[in-house]
Amino acid sequence: MRGPHDVGGLDFGPVDPAEHELTFWEKQIDAIRAVIGAKGLVTTHENRRTIEQMGNDIYDTLNYYERWTAALQRQMVDKGILAQDEIDARVAQVRKRLADTGELELNAGSN
Amino acid sequence: MSDHDHHHHDHDHDHDHGHDHAHPFQDDDKVHSYYQILGQAMKELLIEKGVVTADEVRAALERRDGITPANGSKVVARAWTDPAYRERLFKDANAAVAEFGIDMPTTHLVAVENTEDVHNVVVCTLCSCYPRDLLGLPPAWYKSKAYRSRVVHEPRAVLEEFGTALPDDVEVRVHDSTADMRYLVIPRRPAGTHGMSEEQLRALVSRDTMIGVTTVQPPSAK
Repeated sequence: MRGPHDVGGLDFGPVDPAEHELTFWEKQIDAIRAVIGAKGLVTTHENRRTIEQMGNDIYDTLNYYERWTAALQRQMVDKGILAQDEIDARVAQVRKRLADTGELELNAGSN
Repeated sequence: MSDHDHHHHDHDHDHDHGHDHAHPFQDDDKVHSYYQILGQAMKELLIEKGVVTADEVRAALERRDGITPANGSKVVARAWTDPAYRERLFKDANAAVAEFGIDMPTTHLVAVENTEDVHNVVVCTLCSCYPRDLLGLPPAWYKSKAYRSRVVHEPRAVLEEFGTALPDDVEVRVHDSTADMRYLVIPRRPAGTHGMSEEQLRALVSRDTMIGVTTVQPPSAK
């Protein structure tokens, strides 16, 4: 069976060649991934594999760097580098901080 | 830019865990996604635990920002003008790009040459593998399912969507990249560029020509 990433030979319609300037957030995830990779904590292959195993729903719902972020969370927890509890607690803290400073778009993206 | 450029939030910004957080998002960048918050939360935790340092992350970001397709253009223009370099490039592309200080230690680089008879185009059907050290980060369309799914079975149709019409007798070769193997297309040098300097030639070579979805246009057509 094909995984959600395995699209070669299928047909997902016309290519949209529009340029998309990466946001600072996306660049930052890319940078964290680069440092984690350079330290040998998670290889490119491991990252690819984590993303491929996400299942169709998650793969198709998340955009590119959201998938990377979800993968990083899985990897950090699996390797015992971060605990799920502390991630959840910090997420709540960051959400509150962003809401307080007006940087959070409250009507979107909650989970 | 760095995340220290945020100057308009000058209100008190202390937090209970005692760190002075720079604002993680660009000035015009509202947070829309749970994953943006998750990314910020993990960045903070990884730094606090010393798994990564803020400087390392910043340096990685700046390094990525500093890599543009100009890196690849240098290689192409040299290959066009220096036959000995061209030979080295097709024999051992990693060593040849290292002559420009471009180091790709973990991936095998293969240079593929467009000729009168053969046109090469690069994809990563499974994800987004790309010669980042030569071209920067991949464009959104390169990562799209539309491009990844179709370019391997109807490359001519996909190329036409980029405005590239190839004669029927030109063979199209599609190269599927992997985590370990990346491709750089050496496009054809256009007619009418005889006598141009290497630097002038570099300016003709765009990112898309090195992915292989377009061809290099002669200077008069620009």
